[in-house]
Amino acid sequence: MIDTLNTYARKLPAWAVYLIGFAPMPFLFWQGITGALGVDPVKALEHEYGELALQLLVLGLAITPARRHLGLNLLKFRRAIGVLSFFYVLAHLLVWAVLDVQALGAVWADILKRPYITIGMAAFALLLPLAITSNNRSVRKLGPRWRQLHKLTYPAVILGGVHYVWLVKGWQVEPLIYMAVILTLLALRAPKKRKVRVAA
Amino acid sequence: MAGRWKNTLTENDVTPEANYLSRRSLLAGMAGVGLAGVAGLPTAARAQGLKANTYEEITTYNNFYEFGTGKDDPAKYAGSLTTSPWTVKIDGMVDNPGNYQFEDIMAKMTIEERLYRFRCVEAWSMVVPWNGFELADLLNMAGVQSRAKYVAFETLYRPDEMPGQKTRVLKWPYVEGLRLDEAMHPLTIMATGIYGKDLPNQNGAPLRLVVPWKYGFKSIKSVVRITLTDKEPPTSWNRANAREYGFYSNVNPEVDHPRWSQATERRIGGGLFTKRIDTLKFNGYEKEVAGLYQGMDLAKFF
Repeated sequence: MIDTLNTYARKLPAWAVYLIGFAPMPFLFWQGITGALGVDPVKALEHEYGELALQLLVLGLAITPARRHLGLNLLKFRRAIGVLSFFYVLAHLLVWAVLDVQALGAVWADILKRPYITIGMAAFALLLPLAITSNNRSVRKLGPRWRQLHKLTYPAVILGGVHYVWLVKGWQVEPLIYMAVILTLLALRAPKKRKVRVAA
Repeated sequence: MAGRWKNTLTENDVTPEANYLSRRSLLAGMAGVGLAGVAGLPTAARAQGLKANTYEEITTYNNFYEFGTGKDDPAKYAGSLTTSPWTVKIDGMVDNPGNYQFEDIMAKMTIEERLYRFRCVEAWSMVVPWNGFELADLLNMAGVQSRAKYVAFETLYRPDEMPGQKTRVLKWPYVEGLRLDEAMHPLTIMATGIYGKDLPNQNGAPLRLVVPWKYGFKSIKSVVRITLTDKEPPTSWNRANAREYGFYSNVNPEVDHPRWSQATERRIGGGLFTKRIDTLKFNGYEKEVAGLYQGMDLAKFF
């Protein structure tokens, strides 16, 4: 089963993942215009982009544990998934700022004043250098520092999860599930030292 | 004693000449789509040229956490709610406490149409043509005693039919409250319909409170109990997060909510490129209700 999946993964080119991943972005926007997203398309689009961004970030986080614990190798798609998640975060941010809040002053006030928005912006700020360095030239140029830099993904995903938990009214189930999955995936990639000691 | 609000204003008081035209075209338009009870539209609402949201908008975009936290959850899941028979228990400091059958209440009340702005604390809004009766009429029927200072309300608790009540997003049942003078104000109604039709379940069937100058969560749905008391009653969102939701929760663009700026709002129905509009103090009913809060610091009593 895992072998079959690995075979398919080897055959699937990374550009196909970009293509499939980007497709929902214009499609959802078009649905928003035509009314297919319901009577409040601004919020619907904002939420759809935000949730897709979070799902992609979680997916990116799952790649290393999937290889380590299941033997499933999806490493070659990790950059595509990371870049896609950045663009969904950006789209989410733009829909919020341009279509929802609609005024630069109010956007800035919200970022400063409302903790869940501050946190969301911080996550975006952490992802920005990662998106900029998601190319072979940067990997070569930065050498070992590239790996260090891209560990910013971890705090960024955690902030994204907290942003979702905090922005909803009351304690809702769905954002808490995301948060639990994020923390589990991070725990799975923690160094295995302890496990080794127990086994020995 | 219905229709008190209508009587507090004459058309000349509130209607600048230019608005007569828009009001007429609005009425003509409404008559065209066959609305019931257009004659009952309150003068002020008519004069302001408010354009009602569509029935679809009003009945597919709801916050009713008893059926889930998504805006479309109530329309999806509220069909399972049994609203007949329905009893409203009126108790506390009243002369005639008891269990009132919904039909008996309806037989005694005068149903009017009220076209009100509806402003959610999440900074979106609608305009809703409610049908209903003044809460004051119901309270007078029960006979409010002089010691009573507040009115407490309670929503049905029935997890079998209200799946959201199996989660702990809020403490159930949902409760709300008003000061007695707010409850007796002629703008405050118990709504039993929309667009001349029975209130759909997702909007709080068979009867719900509507207090148009307060954020929407004050307008408690599917009410089963009304209690007159001398103490400020607990309210659900205040209990969940006192820093964010006060007892009064009057619509006020000058008092920001920690989560949302309340200066502007998005009127539902304008599509993806809707321009935000300015939020009005007391949701546009300042002239009618500001007197209730004279001398109060509205930033403190938010």
